[in-house]
Amino acid sequence: MSTRKFSFRVNGVERFLELPPMARLLDVLRHELGLTGTKEGCGEGECGSCSVLMNGELVNSCLVPIAQAAGASILTIEGVGEQTRLHPVQKAFLECGGAQCGICTPGMILATVHLLNKHPRPTQEEIHEGLNGNLCRCTGYMRIFEAVEKAACAIESGAME
Amino acid sequence: MQKERIVGKPVFRKEGVAKVCGAARYIDDFSMPEMIFGATVRSAVPRGRIVNIEFGPGIPWDEFTVVTAKDIPGKNYIALINQDWPCLADGFVNHPQEPILLLAHPDRHLLPLAVAALRIEYEELPSVHSIEESESQQTIVWGEDNIFKSYVMEKGDVDEAFAQPDIVIVEGEYSTGAQEHLYIENNGAIAAYSESDGVTLWGSLQCPFYAHKSLLGVTGLPEDKVRVIQVETGGAFGGKEDYPSMIAAHAVLLAMKSGRPVKIIYDRMEDMAATTKRHPSRARHRTAVTKNGKLLAADIDFCLDGGAYSTLSSTVLSRGTIHSGGPYYWPNIRVRSKAFATNTPPHGAFRGFGAPQSLFATERHMDRVAKAVGLTPEEFRRRNLLRTGETTCTGQAICQQINLEGWMERALDHAGYYEKKARYDRENTDSLRRKGIGLAVFLHGAGFTGSGERYLNSLVGMDATTEGRVRVLVSSTEFGQGTNTILCQVAAETLGIDYEAVEMAPADTSVVPNSGPTVASRTTMVVGGLVHSAALGLKQTLIASGLLSEPYTTAAFQNAAKSYIAKHGALCSMSRYEAPPNVYWDDQKYSGEAYAAYSWAAYVAEVTVELTTYSVTVDDFVALQEVGRVLNPVLARGQIEGGVAQGIGYALYEKVVWDRGLMVNNQMTNYIMPTSQDLPPIRVFFEEIPFEYGAYGAKGIGELPMDGPAPAILNAIAHATGEDFNAIPLVPEDIAERLATRAPIAKEMAAA
Repeated sequence: MSTRKFSFRVNGVERFLELPPMARLLDVLRHELGLTGTKEGCGEGECGSCSVLMNGELVNSCLVPIAQAAGASILTIEGVGEQTRLHPVQKAFLECGGAQCGICTPGMILATVHLLNKHPRPTQEEIHEGLNGNLCRCTGYMRIFEAVEKAACAIESGAME
Repeated sequence: MQKERIVGKPVFRKEGVAKVCGAARYIDDFSMPEMIFGATVRSAVPRGRIVNIEFGPGIPWDEFTVVTAKDIPGKNYIALINQDWPCLADGFVNHPQEPILLLAHPDRHLLPLAVAALRIEYEELPSVHSIEESESQQTIVWGEDNIFKSYVMEKGDVDEAFAQPDIVIVEGEYSTGAQEHLYIENNGAIAAYSESDGVTLWGSLQCPFYAHKSLLGVTGLPEDKVRVIQVETGGAFGGKEDYPSMIAAHAVLLAMKSGRPVKIIYDRMEDMAATTKRHPSRARHRTAVTKNGKLLAADIDFCLDGGAYSTLSSTVLSRGTIHSGGPYYWPNIRVRSKAFATNTPPHGAFRGFGAPQSLFATERHMDRVAKAVGLTPEEFRRRNLLRTGETTCTGQAICQQINLEGWMERALDHAGYYEKKARYDRENTDSLRRKGIGLAVFLHGAGFTGSGERYLNSLVGMDATTEGRVRVLVSSTEFGQGTNTILCQVAAETLGIDYEAVEMAPADTSVVPNSGPTVASRTTMVVGGLVHSAALGLKQTLIASGLLSEPYTTAAFQNAAKSYIAKHGALCSMSRYEAPPNVYWDDQKYSGEAYAAYSWAAYVAEVTVELTTYSVTVDDFVALQEVGRVLNPVLARGQIEGGVAQGIGYALYEKVVWDRGLMVNNQMTNYIMPTSQDLPPIRVFFEEIPFEYGAYGAKGIGELPMDGPAPAILNAIAHATGEDFNAIPLVPEDIAERLATRAPIAKEMAAA
């Protein structure tokens, strides 16, 4: 398979890789960069487990060929916060029970970060719509909706850490 | 009584920080030096003899590790209840997607090409694909009669009750479809082998000792040469109870033959097509009731489609049979039940385990019986709900102080039932958006059925590390429900130390004792109870040694533990299951104490049926339950909400489309589960009556919420449309087929 050189930023760090242009962004993150927080659930853009932000937009990384990510800025769950310094969205998911089995959680948290960037004080409808590309089989979404509202309040009141 | 510090509080999930940071490691996140990748070659036909296997051109076959049934060093079956489920088909297949041959190669991208290049020729044989076909016995596909298991459960004299004069008899047939678990993490396992250490298996699974047992059989290795480790598991719902033993065996066989670690990860399509689903069911009810609405007798025929091998069907059927009576007092009841073989991948464990099937039929039927005697659904239930001191259909006396009528009333109040019902009755007639409200009252037995817990004989341990950290030693696994958190809460509460000072030992068969499988809503109630007594033992050991005296701080406890270990080498306490007193069960007659405890619930669903699109939306959902003491309110709510969401999917969205035993919509694009936009507010209410024999009064909770949504929703649809729909999933096409031909609505449509 022929390869090409690509550069892109992941969680603020410039990365240079030589890859087949059709390599999935998901595989590049997981296998080449060891960022296994991004999960594969279906491989066809239905479940949203592999959600990352690319230039601020929410994308399914299983559907993005690396050629399309060239020059882009990518945010994965590893770049959202740290275990000792949780992002308000992560903190709210922890407090409200928004994560159960945890496999959809990284994608769901990125979808929430994206949603709150777009709508800092989202309505119920905006929350339901903003997360509709991310499937969760455990929670029935109610704890997640609560976490989104809590995170919105926390961010608004400036509790960044 | 001393007020509890940790139990009953919404402490954070033990592994929660790792999960919200993406740091929790699931099976596909692991890699090992020299690791290669495995794939499974599966049957393309539902039933037949394998006549030839040809390794097609274009593939460097000499680079592949190939395993067939002939390579199995031990026995060729996955150990469950019977021994009929082959690890690899040996000359004969009984369902589509049956594993025939295994391949492994260092390049994972080459595997799909290799699987496609294998040409398998079959001599096809007749196959059966429904309960009816199996029941007719025109083609025998399993044993002598296609029947995996049958039960007769009888109380009172049913025939005499039906012979009484002046009674009303109501009949009905109900059916439920298969349901895919759709855990978001697909199945996967990694196996490693060396002659000195034997096999080690890491997997996404619920029951490490089930996989362990299967691997002992398949490898022929001694117990100490087989080690199973559960890693973070991304959802299970019963779907990772049985099938992971199959994947474990496959990975191990490839590792043994290749001498290298082997990883097998299913993709979504393979996971959906090849692994287990909820058993489809058919229930026929015949009910005798007095003219004033008192239940006299039930004669119920309950059948499951078990798929091609017996796997867990006998126990799923058992639970379904016992739950057939619902939460009602029956002076006379007979349930005859059978699990049938069909040429479909074996159906398996799924949250609720037979109860969602039988309770769907019962709760739908009760609305129809109510109507037949001119009573409202709630008034009819009021006259027949079980009361303390009465006996269930297995003759088990209800000792707990229950108040089903009061709980039902409370659920109806929360839902605004009476006002809405009257309003919809008024407004529905001239609207193309019909609204309805429906009810289901039900129960779920916690723990294994009958003598099951006694056979399991669970063992739990607790020890302390040299740093004084307490570890809970159980094979009970975390897959989202909250095992880690609840068991650490129970341990910390009992020991009188901080929640943070307790941790879970890894779910590794070489480290933890067998505390039984993580199924049947048994972990909090049964295993939690054992954790409680193990903790009491640990604390008493320290106090008796003179190293600790009350009151003490967490630091003092840890220092005492460290000193004890320095002096005696180890600090460990074990606790083994003992049945509550006066528990009696007759496996032959199916009578006695079927479960140590029942959880109870009343659910109310409100729906809109669009007469232009025939779509149904659930607008509001009230879930009220009595589950004993709630040990962690956030986790408990999460269990109920998640279960209700799965129940809504079961009722209205999730349809497995079959073609001769093969699931053909095995993708998330065409098997539809609820999204964040498809669900109503799920409003959860708890009644808490502490259960004497559960950990801090807890009973089972995990499966209960799966049982009620489907009947409540279909009862609401009956209210909205005036039509009885008795089969799920109920999709718009089914409603269209019925309503479009119904004259009055067709006229309204034309007018609109």
